[in-house]
Amino acid sequence: MTTTAPIISVTGGDDPGPTSLAGSRRPGEMVVMLLLRVAAFVSVAVTVGIVIALVGPALNFFQQVPVSDFLFGTTWRPNFAPTEYGALPLVAGTLMTTLVGMIVAIPFGLGAAMYLSEYASPRVRRVLKPVLELLAGIPSVVYGFFALQFITPTLLRAWLGVEVGFTNALAAGIVLGVMIIPTIASLSEDAMSAVPDALRQGSLAMGANRMQTTLRVVFPAAISGIAAAIVLGISRGVGETMIVALAAGSQPNLSPDVREGMQTMTGYIANTAGGENIVGSVSYNTLFAVGLLLFMITLVINMISIVLVRRIREVY
Amino acid sequence: MGPNTATTAKPGSVDDQSVDAPLLEPQVDNQRDLPPEPSGVMECEDLNVYYGDFHAVHDVNLIFGRHEITALIGPSGCGKTTVLRCLNRMNDLVAGARVAGRVAYHGADIYDSKVDAIEVRRRIGMVFQKPNPFPKSIYDNVAYGPRVIGMEVDDLDSHVEGALRDAALWDEVKDKLKQSAFGLSGGQQQRLCIARTIATKPDVILMDEPCSSLDPIATSHIEDLMVDLREQYTIIIVTHNMQQAARVSDRTAFFTARPDETTGNRTGLLVEFDQTKTIFSNPSDRRTEAYISGRFG
Ligand SMILES: Nc1ncnc2c1ncn2[C@@H]1O[C@H](COP(=O)(O)OP(=O)(O)O)[C@@H](O)[C@H]1O
Ligand SMILES: [Mg+2]
Repeated sequence: MTTTAPIISVTGGDDPGPTSLAGSRRPGEMVVMLLLRVAAFVSVAVTVGIVIALVGPALNFFQQVPVSDFLFGTTWRPNFAPTEYGALPLVAGTLMTTLVGMIVAIPFGLGAAMYLSEYASPRVRRVLKPVLELLAGIPSVVYGFFALQFITPTLLRAWLGVEVGFTNALAAGIVLGVMIIPTIASLSEDAMSAVPDALRQGSLAMGANRMQTTLRVVFPAAISGIAAAIVLGISRGVGETMIVALAAGSQPNLSPDVREGMQTMTGYIANTAGGENIVGSVSYNTLFAVGLLLFMITLVINMISIVLVRRIREVY
Repeated sequence: MGPNTATTAKPGSVDDQSVDAPLLEPQVDNQRDLPPEPSGVMECEDLNVYYGDFHAVHDVNLIFGRHEITALIGPSGCGKTTVLRCLNRMNDLVAGARVAGRVAYHGADIYDSKVDAIEVRRRIGMVFQKPNPFPKSIYDNVAYGPRVIGMEVDDLDSHVEGALRDAALWDEVKDKLKQSAFGLSGGQQQRLCIARTIATKPDVILMDEPCSSLDPIATSHIEDLMVDLREQYTIIIVTHNMQQAARVSDRTAFFTARPDETTGNRTGLLVEFDQTKTIFSNPSDRRTEAYISGRFG
């Protein structure tokens, strides 16, 4: 055959003879392995580097501001005297916008996943799933603009008659949720599609209808994958910057009322990092303290999701 | 006599037997007196099934007798599963599957447009080839059916216990009802699936090669169970194991597949349907005789 010659040349020029099993290590594979190893180490190194870069200035900050003041203080006023560095308003802003986002994203995301996995014909699924994933590709600045220009003035004020500020956590949270829908829908759909058909058949053969089968058999069987999808959605919400920076506002505000403007952790970093900060000043160091807190929160959320994903393999 | 000691050949498929093995004698279990014609609970009339353009089953006429075990046997691909799945409209779930002819349940056509397939399946339960317990506790597996169909039971615990007892599984699981069904062996899982099915008190139980993934001991458990269940249920079982058909069934339907002259597609058809002892001792069709004596694969 014509293809034999190149195959032999790849296995090494020094022909070991037809009966020998000895062979030189394939040089091409060595190079590939080396490159992959470098790639793996680089990504680990970058992560470690980011943590170190965050930790240094953050430690400086905590020498001037006690950790407990930072974590439990209720006023965030880093730029005006008397300065106060209680991060709770920022954390609350993040949590409120994310909460609103999840209230939107979970029902729509899971509904879409159930429809795609259990009801849609293969043809509909083939069309809808990529469209849904296209939503995930929209730049978040577009979503933020959409919140400012449509959700707040038109949807909330004109159609629903909700009195909201120009910037508010509600509008930001709603578009945050829209942005997260594809993540939850797509991952949950994967988890539900992975449930063996034999389980559906077993349920239907007992006289269960499709909805019962979906809710009582498929859904519980896929629950760890679905939970992982939701956790990933939460961590995207917590980390999202552009939408909240544009639409939630830049006023730290410890309030449960989502109709008010709020600043989130990411929003604070985005606003402040762009301004003039004297390197080493307290206000400069706040960026790193808030960044580290954000990093820790996302890390915990991601760890939860890793544990959940690992458990999915034990289900069936 | 236990089911394993009874046969002359090893348990297994037709391949286990030499070409001129004697015809199998039907076993003790099915040597009861049967009416010559089954008193039909279910009936197929001129049943034809198509998967898209493919004609899978041609003109099947069968009557399934009350409190009898009817075995569907025949070589692979002759449409046994297809026929079985028509009997509780599981073929509705297969895209492209089409059923023509009549399938009657107590005289009513289950394919009538007014009939709800879900209602059909509540009366005609099914046990699958591979055990398919839900990823739930043993208890919840059995309680699933009564819960979803809104069955009125006085006490769910004792209802679950009753189903597990009827499926001869209670003693093995009574101390671990809250544990996952996946901790059970394959044979136990299959009996759990039977328990799950009978918990909804169906009238007819369809079984598609329920022992094909089980070892001989688990198989004989299930076979004993089927014979017990016959007192309360009408059972229709697909098996490729002729000894099993001989051991447990009252009547046997032998199917084969005939290639189409033009397309070469193999369409399944019913060759012979009779009391099991007749099929195995005195079949009237040469193809049946050839198959059960192992001269035909
Ligand atoms: N879902 C399906 N789609 C298309 N063809 C099928 C499907 N299920 C079974 N068939 C075909 O129908 C014929 C009968 O299959 P089946 O009823 O499974 O046979 P058996 O159970 O006797 O082995 C086979 O040729 C098989 O390939
Ligand atoms: Mg089959």
